[in-house]
Amino acid sequence: MRGYEPMSSDDPIALKIVVGGGFGVGKTTMIGSVSEIKPLSTEETLTSASSGTGTDRLEGIENKSTTTVALDFGRITLQKQNMVLLLFGTPGQQRFWFTWDDLSLGAIGAVVLADTRRLLDCFAAVEYFESRDVPFVVAVNEFDADDAYRYSSEEVREALELKADVPVLLCDARDPASAKHVLVSLVSYAHAVSLRRARERAVQAPPAAPPLQHSSDLGATS
Amino acid sequence: MAALDGTPWVDDDEHEVRPYALTGGRTRPTNEMSLSSLLKARATAPEGYLSPEAAHCLALCRGEARSVAEVAATLGQPVQVAKILLSDLLDAGALIMAMPTRTADPKDPNLLEAVLEGLRTYVV
Repeated sequence: MRGYEPMSSDDPIALKIVVGGGFGVGKTTMIGSVSEIKPLSTEETLTSASSGTGTDRLEGIENKSTTTVALDFGRITLQKQNMVLLLFGTPGQQRFWFTWDDLSLGAIGAVVLADTRRLLDCFAAVEYFESRDVPFVVAVNEFDADDAYRYSSEEVREALELKADVPVLLCDARDPASAKHVLVSLVSYAHAVSLRRARERAVQAPPAAPPLQHSSDLGATS
Repeated sequence: MAALDGTPWVDDDEHEVRPYALTGGRTRPTNEMSLSSLLKARATAPEGYLSPEAAHCLALCRGEARSVAEVAATLGQPVQVAKILLSDLLDAGALIMAMPTRTADPKDPNLLEAVLEGLRTYVV
C-alpha cells in the first residue's frame, strides 16, 4: 500500500481529549478559548443506531444504522513534546452516547462541563465516563452566574454522586487560563490514575518467571 | 429543511455540492483512518487533475501534519467525505500518514507526564 512510509523519524503523536456535558453548557466556548485555531465544527456519521430511549425512532426506518452528529474540534500543539492534542466537543444528550464510544476510545480523558443552573444535565456524561472507565474531571462553568446559585465543589460532588478522587473544579469557559487549568487538572488526574493502575498491576502480577536455566527442566517434567 | 406543510423539500443552506457527489458516490475510504489520524503532504505535487476539494485537503496538510477531523471541519464536509478525499490523496502518493515511533497509549504514565509538562508551559 502506498503512502504508509513514515513522514520522518519523529512523527507527532495525536492524542484526544473529549469535552462533554449537557446541551448549551459552553463546550464550544471552552474549546475555543484553549485551542490555537478557532473552534471548527464538522459532522461525523456514526454507524450504530441510537438505542434505548428511541428518540430517533421513525416508523419505517427502524433499522436505520447511521446518524449524523455535529462535532466541535480544536487543537493544541505541544512543540517540544512533538504531540498534538485534539479537543473534541460532543453532544451531551443521551442519544448521542455512541459518539462518545468512538471518541473516548484512545482518549486521555474527558472534561465534563456542568452548568450551575442545570447541574444535573451533566449527570448522563458523568455516568457514561464512569462506566467506561475513562478518567474525567467535572468543571462547573460559572459564566453568567451573577444571579445563579454558586455551588461549592463539595455540593457538586454530592449532587453528582462522584467518587472521592474525581476532581471537581470551578471554571470560566471563556477564560483561556481557566480552560487551560481544567485541561491540566484532567491530564494530571489521568496521570495519577495511570500510575495507580500500574502499581495495581505490579501487585497482581504473578511472581517473576523462573531463571532461564530452569525453563528446560520445567519443559521436561510437563 | 424537511417540511410537511407543503413547502418544497430543499436545503439551500446546505452545501452547494452534495457531500457524496465529491466522492463520486463512494461512502468508504480505501485506507483505514480515524478522526485523529495525522496526514502530511509530500514535497512532490501529484500528477493529474485534482478536484478543488482534494487540492484544498492537500494544501491544508502542507507544512504541518493535520488531523482528519481538522481537515473535515475546515472543508466544511462530513468526516467520512474528508476521509475518502484524503485516502485518495494517500493512494496517489500526494500525502503520507504519520506513523509515530512512540506509542500513543493514553494510559501510559510516561506519555501523560510529557503531555502534562507540555500543557503546563503551553501559552494560551
